[in-house]
Amino acid sequence: MSYKCMYYVNVYLAVDINFSSLLSALLFLFRLAMMSKLELKEDRMLEVQFVGDDDVLNHILDREAGAKLKKERTQLLVNTKKIIKKPEYDLEEDDQEVLKDQNYVEVLGRDIQESLKNGSAADGGNKVYSFQNRKHSEKMAKLASELAKTPRKNVSLSLKNDPEIINIPQCSKVPRSHSDSESEYSTSNSEDDDGVAQENEEDTNEVILNQKIPSQNRAVSAPVCKETPSKKMKRDKTSDLVEEYFEAHSSSKVLTSDRTLQKLKRAKLDQQTLRNLLSKVSPSFSAELKQLSQQYEQLFHKWMLQLRLGFNIVLYGLGSKRDLLERFRTTVLQDSIHVVINGFFPGISVKSILNSITEEVLNHMGTFRSVLDQLDWIVNKFKEDSSLELFLLIHNLDSQMLRGDKSQQIIGQLSSLRNIYLIASIDHLNAPLMWDHAKQSLYNWLWYETTTYSPYTEETSYENSLLVKQSGSLPLSSLIHVLRSLTPNARGIFRLLIKYQLDNLDNPSYIGLSFQDFYQQCREAFLVNSDLTLRAQLTEFRDHKLIRTKKGTDGVEYLLIPVDNGTLRDFLEREEEES
Amino acid sequence: MATSSVSKGCFVFKPNFKKRKISVPVEDYFNKGKNESEDSKLRFETYQLIWQQMKSETERLQEELNKNLFDSLIEFLRKSYSGFQKSSRDWGCQIKLREIPTAALILGVNVTDHDLTFRSLTEALQNNVSPYVVSLQAKDCPDMKHFLQKLVSQLMMDCCVDEETKEGSIQVAQKKTHCSMDSLSSWYTNVTRKTDPKMPRKKRTSSSQWQSPPVVLILKDMESFTTKVLQDFIIISSQHLHEFPLILIFGIATSPIIIHRLLPHAVSSLLCIELFQSLSCKEHLTTVLDKLLLTTQFPFKLSEKVLQILTNIFLYHDFSIQNFIKGLQLSLLEHFYSQPLSVLCCNLPEAKRRINFLSDNQCENIRRLPSFRRYVEKQASEKQVALLTNERFLKEEIQSLLENLHVYHSNYFLVLRCLHQFTSSLPKYPLGRQIRELYCTCLEKNIWDSEEYVSALQLLRMLAKDELMTILQKCFKIFKSTSEKQLGSTAKRIEEFLAQFQNLDEAKEEEDTSGSLSKGLQKTDLYHLQKSLLEMKELRRTNKKQTRFEVLREKVVNFIDSLVREYLLPPETQPLHEVVYFTAGHTLREHLNAAPRIALHTALNNPYYYLKAFATVVTAAEKMDADSATSEERNEIIHARFIRAVSELELLGFIKPTKQKTDHVARLTWGGC
Repeated sequence: MSYKCMYYVNVYLAVDINFSSLLSALLFLFRLAMMSKLELKEDRMLEVQFVGDDDVLNHILDREAGAKLKKERTQLLVNTKKIIKKPEYDLEEDDQEVLKDQNYVEVLGRDIQESLKNGSAADGGNKVYSFQNRKHSEKMAKLASELAKTPRKNVSLSLKNDPEIINIPQCSKVPRSHSDSESEYSTSNSEDDDGVAQENEEDTNEVILNQKIPSQNRAVSAPVCKETPSKKMKRDKTSDLVEEYFEAHSSSKVLTSDRTLQKLKRAKLDQQTLRNLLSKVSPSFSAELKQLSQQYEQLFHKWMLQLRLGFNIVLYGLGSKRDLLERFRTTVLQDSIHVVINGFFPGISVKSILNSITEEVLNHMGTFRSVLDQLDWIVNKFKEDSSLELFLLIHNLDSQMLRGDKSQQIIGQLSSLRNIYLIASIDHLNAPLMWDHAKQSLYNWLWYETTTYSPYTEETSYENSLLVKQSGSLPLSSLIHVLRSLTPNARGIFRLLIKYQLDNLDNPSYIGLSFQDFYQQCREAFLVNSDLTLRAQLTEFRDHKLIRTKKGTDGVEYLLIPVDNGTLRDFLEREEEES
Repeated sequence: MATSSVSKGCFVFKPNFKKRKISVPVEDYFNKGKNESEDSKLRFETYQLIWQQMKSETERLQEELNKNLFDSLIEFLRKSYSGFQKSSRDWGCQIKLREIPTAALILGVNVTDHDLTFRSLTEALQNNVSPYVVSLQAKDCPDMKHFLQKLVSQLMMDCCVDEETKEGSIQVAQKKTHCSMDSLSSWYTNVTRKTDPKMPRKKRTSSSQWQSPPVVLILKDMESFTTKVLQDFIIISSQHLHEFPLILIFGIATSPIIIHRLLPHAVSSLLCIELFQSLSCKEHLTTVLDKLLLTTQFPFKLSEKVLQILTNIFLYHDFSIQNFIKGLQLSLLEHFYSQPLSVLCCNLPEAKRRINFLSDNQCENIRRLPSFRRYVEKQASEKQVALLTNERFLKEEIQSLLENLHVYHSNYFLVLRCLHQFTSSLPKYPLGRQIRELYCTCLEKNIWDSEEYVSALQLLRMLAKDELMTILQKCFKIFKSTSEKQLGSTAKRIEEFLAQFQNLDEAKEEEDTSGSLSKGLQKTDLYHLQKSLLEMKELRRTNKKQTRFEVLREKVVNFIDSLVREYLLPPETQPLHEVVYFTAGHTLREHLNAAPRIALHTALNNPYYYLKAFATVVTAAEKMDADSATSEERNEIIHARFIRAVSELELLGFIKPTKQKTDHVARLTWGGC
């Protein structure tokens, strides 16, 4: 088990990360754990233990050899096919072919040996952990695929933990399954669809596969050659070297898995369910984490002291520091004016920060010509009145919205004031790059490492993560908000469009409601009296991104609501309830 | 009130007005965090006092160091301005009239310190040359329009300070829309005409002695200005020079060549450039160290490690004096915050007074000091007992120990300077060229054990007489400057040495007249010359007898050596050194020179955590299995955790989503694509 975990981590690190494969590997490992649990019933807890680098390396290298063998087998496969296709080959030639293949196998074998000698075997750890070498990582990717693809087979084997046996069944595998697993992969710049690996396309697939398998295959699969075996060998060898060179230097194409999250047949989670699900998981090491945070809490007074003495404090380190700062706020800042700024909030801007200072802290109701004017005003105000004190707490000073040069300059200028105290947290790996010397001297930072290991729940909740479905609740509420501000007629127009769209739900060729039809319908419902008024309404919708127009093939404008149907139905239901 | 919302990102909290009035004094934070803090209030006050003293001292130093530069700058500005005044028909003057007087101020790469320099420069200029001093930064002036706008608005502001503010601000508002050199020069003539009758109102005596003071424009960071803006401005303003007397000051961080690189000949020929070099930041550092640390004026001292860290940050990161001072402030604060006995870190009479008020706890603290324990162990047994049990006896002893420490320091720095005089001129600088390097080695260990010291002494034994004498004279001055009892005799010794060397001179003259060398002047060929030289060499080798000079030199070197061995003991050998030395270098480095990437890396890179985390996922799932939860739910949770991990990685900047494929992300760091 520990082999697998270690190995899995390495694969994860070495390949160009593709999450679906990672996830599937994880799931597979999980299944594995369940199986082992079945076998060893008394052993309930899963044990994690360390293994030496060498063991892991051996394990991985063995697998690699297995991968190579498989390649050879594909080779043989192709050749037999060729033989079948060309029955006029005489026996001698056939023999020669076989001989060639054998030679080729030898070359291949040596190739492996050499590559082992060059890179991995000499310093194994280096190979396992090195990230730069594309070639290796490709192999790793393949390995990962096999591991992920053929779970059952591996399960039975890995329980015995004997690498010798692992290889054998893989060699005797049915060709189809192999080609299937290969076709899961494609270069990352291909924009291919999911349905490539269809059963009926197997033949073409194999051809593609054949072309895809790099360098070595090409020499052999090249059509009939009449040179003597030795000569051929020579050419093979040199071309091999050349090919190898180009392969090493041209591999800008990275093989990545084509398995996407959709293939898991799992609906995208929305933010709310995600949060619910995660709240079910009890955090591990909670005692240790608590101890850690208590340790940081002892620094609160020191922070206050240093803030008051003209330093500003920046917290860094892994883990969300939001709770820590929140506790800092509630324990020591209760009696002073303070502003909490959520840098991770997607709508945050320097302007809004300055506004909340001028409007809410300083009770100023005027407007400013520019942000800089506003800053000047604030600076003067704070310089004039030395009794004024303000604490700024910024979560994620390095967020997408605040990391710009101008924003940092302004916040820096604020923080350099004697009676404004700034305590901020940064998370991004390259956050310190935002500050040049000038800004650093403005900020006058004292750095504190506060690694909390706690999850970034709040910070990531606004994020447009690719894996989280944009939840329906937000569009729905905005839909309601927008429509409430419109005239009843406009609402009616929109409702018409929604209904039409819902009626045509099952029509796959539905591209929208044409403008003329729509106009007709609206007229009949006494909603508009000319197509100009309808157009005016539509402009309004378009400004709110509620509709999209598309020109059909016949040049007619088609109207479409780019909101998913579930939301629309919810919306209609709600409208009806209200009325 | 919650601090998270989907509609806003800023949350203002205002406590009740009544509560707000009671603001917690700073010193309260000094003790609260620590349970067993002693005399925290006193300690904080001492910290404030010392820090204020240090700060004002550095400011004074800064001023002093800038004084020369400013004086020469002001002199130049006056001279060039008088060129404007002379309405001579002299041809040379007319040519000159087309040239804008320009001072190129080379300030060095420590950009953060420049602000301070410019601020005091502006002040000095306003007091001495002209009320119209404007400074611009490159980032405010991306193009000509903004350049002029900024210039105009700052000028108007300046004069508005003197005149009616309201009128001025209206003017500014108007002028913002339309700024040109024409309007500027008309404004200028307006203002100067206007101020003429109002002369007596003006307080600035020196500037008002000129009828039309020049406009001084400071470009703080000349390198970052775009070439086009600079060129255009210079060409235009040179056309208006007769009605708008302008003087430019370029702040340059790199080298003066940059002017010619930025400006083509046609433009730079319109300038009359004079170079001014500010003091290099390294020299600045040396003076700061000299006045703040290598002195008994401030009781607070840095240990070797801390000093090394601070100078390293200075030399390898920013060359910024300000940052260095900040580091010093932090170490001062840390020292007073973390060391309860730092209450004694003040001037000697005050410390003696405070000793009497030490609490029992503090006495216990003193007894626990390693250096004090070492000291006690060396004492006779009755005294040991007395020291460990009798508070009063202890306090008396502490007084004398502190006094010793003080004497140790005053001797230390004298001898250190003296040694530096000797070693700073040696070839290859075995003990460093700067006194701070020497200081660091002396703080670290017994300097006489180091190889460098041995080789330095060897080199000293080869010094020529006049070199040796100048060094001795300098040392004499150093020792003479203080009136320490012990080292007074040292000054006398050095004086004696000097006298002996003088005597040597006379004696030598006598020797020379009777010397045998004079006969070597005969005409010889090369062969004979070599032969005789070899003979002489042989003679010298066999003849062990040294000249009187050599004997004396040996004496001097031995004398210095004995001084070093006696007085340059490392501070760890002194009892109670913990009171004044700040040693926690690591905290300093942590807070000043942090490495967030390393912190992240160490937090993430232990594979054990991965495995453990994975194990927890699985076991948790198993447990839930026992609770007869569906496997579907378990999978959901794994899925959710996975998603969270992805978004966290994205937040941390390790990966970013790409458009290459669905669900595809690319690694950004640590060997990514």
